[in-house]
Amino acid sequence: MGGPVKVRIDPEICQGQGRCFSIAPGIFDFDDLGNGVVIGDGTLTSDTLELARLAQSNCPEHAIFIEE
Amino acid sequence: MTDSPLVQDFATDWDHSDPQWVADPYPIWDDLRQRCPVAHTERYGGGWFPATHAGVSEIAKDTDNFTSRTVVIGNGRPTELDLPAPIGVAPPITSDPPFHAIARRLILPAFAPGPINALEPMIRELCSKLLENMGDADVVNAGTQYAQYIPPGVIRGMLGFPEEDIELFLEFVHIILEGIDHPVEERIIEFEPIEKYFVAQMEDHLDNPRDDLTSYLLNVELDGQNLAMEHVFGTMILILVAGIDTTWSAVGSAIWHLAHHPDDLERLVNEPDLMPVAIEEFLRFYAPVTMARLVKHDMEYQGCPMKVDDWILLGFPAANRDPVAFKDADKFIIDRAENRHVAFGLGIHRCAGSNLARLEMRVALEEFIKRYPRFDLAEPEAVTWAPGQIRGPRNLPIRILH
Repeated sequence: MGGPVKVRIDPEICQGQGRCFSIAPGIFDFDDLGNGVVIGDGTLTSDTLELARLAQSNCPEHAIFIEE
Repeated sequence: MTDSPLVQDFATDWDHSDPQWVADPYPIWDDLRQRCPVAHTERYGGGWFPATHAGVSEIAKDTDNFTSRTVVIGNGRPTELDLPAPIGVAPPITSDPPFHAIARRLILPAFAPGPINALEPMIRELCSKLLENMGDADVVNAGTQYAQYIPPGVIRGMLGFPEEDIELFLEFVHIILEGIDHPVEERIIEFEPIEKYFVAQMEDHLDNPRDDLTSYLLNVELDGQNLAMEHVFGTMILILVAGIDTTWSAVGSAIWHLAHHPDDLERLVNEPDLMPVAIEEFLRFYAPVTMARLVKHDMEYQGCPMKVDDWILLGFPAANRDPVAFKDADKFIIDRAENRHVAFGLGIHRCAGSNLARLEMRVALEEFIKRYPRFDLAEPEAVTWAPGQIRGPRNLPIRILH
């Protein structure tokens, strides 16, 4: 508790639906296969948390995790 | 199945080609969701239709109990040794693990957002040319004059086939899509001119490699070896089969919706930034694609006694209307913020062309509403819907309001 809030994509679950990097291109990017990847170490700020949550709530595969 | 008896009860005798289902499947699915939720049929040699998001999701991800050996429902069943006609296997769509991942990895890089986004100017030019040809008529046909031509034009461009061959290419596309359930022997004859043309194009690309999908497929390596020409040809046919009436239907459904929802049309015209969010709602509400699976072995699923080789009709469009999974599922909400729709499937068979489909939809709609900011349905009762596993409007007369 109290540490940085981080977002991650589980690569085993991600199927490249492409929603995260369309909704939040500052937080997510895509790899050569079109699967979602987190930019940097995934640390979220109070400014980016809401957008990350929006991306999470649009992932059909439920592959995005936000953890404290 | 135009000669089949009409369905009386979809819970025990469903048929996705029944006129009632083709005209308006949504009330049927709502009813099934409450009553079954896995409907059965003896038609097509026996099959099941899960009507809920949970059921569709579970089966789509369960490759242990359900196979993708055939994804289009017919009366016959392929045996383990049969290859889907006429092109042999169509990997990866008809592949199961573990081979599936290998076949999929070959084509995914060509359909990742990087190379796909680069196609935007080409797609825009194509749409704008089609609109130019439609001219200033009072009534245009958004199906037969517009939506229908966009995906084949795009794929021709991606493959790097000559632009002057477009008429021939469209004829090939017609043969490929119309003959999908013809007997193998007929199919082989139908495919002769197509194969000849495609092989000539491949040979030309081997002699003169360029930056297009044909050269990509000819150069890509599997275990250090290039793909056989037949494999490249098969992949090209899969791209044509999977990428044309699907996106054509999605574009057509969106225009059909806007034609009788002037508020939504006005918002899109006035708020261009809304388009990406609107596209996801078009995809949810009018998802065009339903896939099939075969049951791998006798088993019980949700109390249903499933037998080996029973069909599963995997209704992604029905899943998208399930009120358990979506708030106000039966309402089209153009700015729906949370939208976990499954129009492109779920799990390992997620539509490989989803980035391309979205781009085509966005550009096609942007260009259409730029050219025609106000329109409605010229003859609502004249609109016809494609039967079977791909749903979308075919005849779509639109009245341009000046």
